[in-house]
Amino acid sequence: MYDKLWLIPFFPLLGAIINGLLGKRFIKNEKVIGAIGTGMLFLSFLVSCKYFIQLLGDSVKSHQNVIASWMSVGKLQVDWGFLLDPLSALMIMVVTGVGTLIHLYSIGYMHGEEGFYRYFSYLNLFVFSMLMLVLGNNALVMFVGWEGVGLCSYLLIGYYFEKKSAGDAAKKAFVMNRVGDFGFLLGLFTLFWALGSHGVWTINFVEITENAHLLSGDMILGASVTTVATLCFFLGATGKSAQLPLFTWLPDAMEGPTPVSALIHAATMVTAGVYMIGRMNILFAMSPTTMFVVALVGALTAIFAATIGFAQNDIKRVLAYSTVSQLGFMFVAMGVGAFTAGIFHLMTHAFFKACLFLGSGSVIHAMHHALHHAHLDDDAQDMRNMGGLRKKMPITWATFGISCLAISGLPFFSGFFSKDEILWWAFASTRGNKVIWVIVVVAAFMTAFYMFRCLYMTFYGEQKTNPKAKDHVHESPWVITLPLVVLAGLATVGGLIGIPHAIDIAHVGNKLNAFLAPVFHHSQELYKIEAHGSASTEIILMVFSVAIALAGIGFATVMYMKDPSLPGKFTAKFPTLHRVVFNKWYVDEIYDTLFVNSTKKLGIFCWKGFDVKVVDGIVNGIAKLVGALSSVLRYTQSGLFTNYALTMVLGTVVMLAIFILN
Amino acid sequence: MITVYHYMTVAAILFAMGTYGVLTRRNAIVIFMCIELMLNSVNLTFIALSSHLQNMDGQVFVLFVMAVAAAEAGVGLALMIAFYRNRDSIDVDDINLMKL
Amino acid sequence: MELIFFYLIAIVAVASGFLVIRCQSPVNSALGLVNTFFCLAIFYVMLHAPFMAAIQIMVYAGAIMVLIIFVIMLLNLGTEARKRYTTGVVWSAIASLLVLFNVMYFIKRGRVTGAEGDITSYTVESVGHVELIGKALFTEYLLPFEIASILLLVAIVGAVVLAKKEV
Repeated sequence: MYDKLWLIPFFPLLGAIINGLLGKRFIKNEKVIGAIGTGMLFLSFLVSCKYFIQLLGDSVKSHQNVIASWMSVGKLQVDWGFLLDPLSALMIMVVTGVGTLIHLYSIGYMHGEEGFYRYFSYLNLFVFSMLMLVLGNNALVMFVGWEGVGLCSYLLIGYYFEKKSAGDAAKKAFVMNRVGDFGFLLGLFTLFWALGSHGVWTINFVEITENAHLLSGDMILGASVTTVATLCFFLGATGKSAQLPLFTWLPDAMEGPTPVSALIHAATMVTAGVYMIGRMNILFAMSPTTMFVVALVGALTAIFAATIGFAQNDIKRVLAYSTVSQLGFMFVAMGVGAFTAGIFHLMTHAFFKACLFLGSGSVIHAMHHALHHAHLDDDAQDMRNMGGLRKKMPITWATFGISCLAISGLPFFSGFFSKDEILWWAFASTRGNKVIWVIVVVAAFMTAFYMFRCLYMTFYGEQKTNPKAKDHVHESPWVITLPLVVLAGLATVGGLIGIPHAIDIAHVGNKLNAFLAPVFHHSQELYKIEAHGSASTEIILMVFSVAIALAGIGFATVMYMKDPSLPGKFTAKFPTLHRVVFNKWYVDEIYDTLFVNSTKKLGIFCWKGFDVKVVDGIVNGIAKLVGALSSVLRYTQSGLFTNYALTMVLGTVVMLAIFILN
Repeated sequence: MITVYHYMTVAAILFAMGTYGVLTRRNAIVIFMCIELMLNSVNLTFIALSSHLQNMDGQVFVLFVMAVAAAEAGVGLALMIAFYRNRDSIDVDDINLMKL
Repeated sequence: MELIFFYLIAIVAVASGFLVIRCQSPVNSALGLVNTFFCLAIFYVMLHAPFMAAIQIMVYAGAIMVLIIFVIMLLNLGTEARKRYTTGVVWSAIASLLVLFNVMYFIKRGRVTGAEGDITSYTVESVGHVELIGKALFTEYLLPFEIASILLLVAIVGAVVLAKKEV
């Protein structure tokens, strides 16, 4: 029944191949290329829907589909296999669903771009890799996807490769991801070796989950094996999901086209780390140390990125830091054992953040055209050039606003349910921690503040665009607004699948919880991870978090609507603080000093000291030696016919002499 | 009494002289003639031995040597003409393209 | 008597050979060579191989020598323009002397071996030399004979291609 799972990643791959190979020379037509790219993904979405529905009605919740053997080395058997369980089913729905919408949007957004075919080819390839990552039934297939999405991310960030900043950002993303990938590999090796020492040589997720209990009590380097392995995996997750300390690539990744930011750097790829932890939840559950580290890193990232979001003026950068912060929330959820809540937030975040990014893309698109029309080179992404766009772009405004409400966590929008569940688990879970809860609550407050700052600066108040371009700002075409509306709708109602028990008046039950239980329940039960507390406490906390969100919104309203001079006064009062925050806490500069420059110096030493002197010296020395020897031998090569004949005769004489002497 | 060794000695002397000529002369045509001289000395050996052994094989071989010599004469002289046309000389010291 | 005749012819042959390698003009060398060929033809007659002597004169002294003389005339090589000898005269002399010593050593020390046939000088006279060679050539050595004909054909084509002005 589940033997056609491979079709899901196959369609995007097919699209990537068709557009990539034929797009430039043969297809050329933008509409056809866009239709192929979007259509392939839509097919994949339909297949995903079919299997999702099939899985809903199936009593067995874990299905594997092996299509071919990949490699067989000693006891290691690796297959090209796919695994469909509630977790991956949810992920493929999000990836293909949101992906289709963003492909549709891209047709409008990328209209008239030079490498239109290239863009769609990369985007399809990305979705293929992401689906491999999500569907892979073993860690190596997942790793193929993991590297594939990193590659596509690199290609798409560097899409405008003629711009130096885009190329640099792409390189930065790739290198930082590699650091994380190294951790992932180390974790995989540790796990493989540790399980192998119990006679279970496997990297299949299902078998890992079944045999994880063997590892309890194993020690390595003075720590338990699971702690070491999961910390390595978590390092991989921090790279891919832009957490402290490897988060700086994500804001720079905004150099790519906006739909790419929406798909890769908000909705899907960056959540790969969260998904990976979810996939290996049993290992993380076995190691409270790692889980605490995960929660702490997540919480610190959440608040750290949020502070930077305060002072940015580039609309996409605000959203990028918001993404980093929201990913921090997800890691907090994973760290406190609220796996379901983490995946829940991953899903809702995919809806509202994709919507926010696409909304910002719509604004940038309109601004860009207006500025271009008026022959100005003002920055189309700078919020200080916007303002008052509400009247000009009503659909974008409405969807952007809804998503802002959702991300801020106002009741009954999707973000409310998911964020609230995280907060509740952080507060009440056996693996939770009050300090982390406090940090996350502060981060939630900040989220509401900077998101509404962004909303107000863009859509409200006076229009601060250059007067020449002012009247050319128009609403975007339907291919752009349709995905916005759909995503805004999902951002509004998407949370209803996970209504918390405490406020479940209609007794519909927490659908998501029940759906994901086969994946997470086992480890939660085995290692006694649960949130315990009375319903009243939960409701009080809920009210509190809503109040916090409202406070953030109110604060933003006062500063950016009621009295627009306040931010300036505030900046003037704390110039140092503003400067530090505006410059992103100088993290990039610190990394440059600590790592980049010292690596560069090492590289220069290797080049000038080692390579030029030692390696080249040896090679040149050998060449010179051979040259010296052959300069002696070259006298025999006179090129004169008689000399060769003489040599031949002498050779004959010598041979005859040998014959005689014998 | 003339023995086969007499003939073979004459052939050996002619062969050595031919060798000397090939190695020392610069004129390609003279070298060519020296080669013919060497071939003929070999022919003499063949026929002397054929006669001594009362066997026909050696003489048949001489026929083949002659055929090869004829072919060689044709091709070799054609080569010389081609070389002369290119270099305006048939001096073997000018044939030095084998040196880089 | 016969021995004296042999030595006479041998001295003429060697002297003519000496002319070939010493003469300044290629035409003189060619004449020396013709002389050597005639001496060898006489040797062939003395060895009871009259047919070979005839062929020797026809092919060598006739055809090949004409070809050589023709080329000398064609290229107008009256005398050698530059030095007659290459630089390695001493080395070449040593090498050819070594060759001579080797060969002489073989002749003195070596023993003539091989199957003794039944073709005596009497047979040659009674049956005829041409018939004997013809039998050997067209029965036992038929395939090499055919190959030799192909070789000659190829040589003709090759000579034409090489000597043509433009290929």
